[in-house]
Amino acid sequence: MVAQGSPAMTDREQAGAAGPIRRRFTSGDKATRETLVHVTEALAAAGLSEDDVANAELILAEAMNNIVEHAYAGTEGPVDLTVTIGRDGLDCMLRDQGREAPIGYPPDPPLPEMEPPLELPEGGFGWHIIRCLTTDLRYRREGAWNVLSCRVPFSGLD
Amino acid sequence: MDISATLNPTGLVIRVNEARIDAAVAIEFKEAVRAAVDAPGNPIILDLSKVTFLDSSGLGAVVAVLKLLGPERPLQLAGLTPSVAKVFRLTRMDSIFTIHETVPGALKAAG
Repeated sequence: MVAQGSPAMTDREQAGAAGPIRRRFTSGDKATRETLVHVTEALAAAGLSEDDVANAELILAEAMNNIVEHAYAGTEGPVDLTVTIGRDGLDCMLRDQGREAPIGYPPDPPLPEMEPPLELPEGGFGWHIIRCLTTDLRYRREGAWNVLSCRVPFSGLD
Repeated sequence: MDISATLNPTGLVIRVNEARIDAAVAIEFKEAVRAAVDAPGNPIILDLSKVTFLDSSGLGAVVAVLKLLGPERPLQLAGLTPSVAKVFRLTRMDSIFTIHETVPGALKAAG
């Protein structure tokens, strides 16, 4: 029974009110995968559409792959992930203690050249994918930490 | 990496029996498909209907297989789930690969 005078909250609003999804883990491909499984389950349980969950999973995967490959580059270290469910989208923040990113980060590269069939690129897609699916993408250095934040707008498709 | 190869009269179907092709398994995936395509059969149809997540590392591995096979053995894709199709679309790789909705459709088109 819903109390009179207080409109019922949607699953998404309730999940947002319950506070952000937080994970701290040691960087690595397997840890990235485990984190994504946890976060996508939480987002689906919060009532997000399949499309929105898929977008979030892809963006977070690309960003965490970059941390493994470029920030820690062969070493390991802590990664903090915070995902806050808002009314119109997700606010995501990733922190790591890897190498400071170069100037001009986060990059905004054009898609790699495609000259089929043998000159096709096998990499260089990650930032393009992230840029396609996010707004307010920002990087900053805070002491020993790299901090990447972005917003993932909901697609409106259910 | 669990993949299975089935030779049909009109093509070699390689099915990926995994939910994810990501950075953790991209190299393993490439090696497994490389071994599977030792079997004869043209075209080669990569059945991705069980794959619900592919990141840019996984995409790179699929592209690597395409290049490895070369023009003599065309690699086609079938059964892309919505999230996998999105990665191909965002990177415009959907313009490079021949993509079929289903494996039977791919085999029929090749026949």
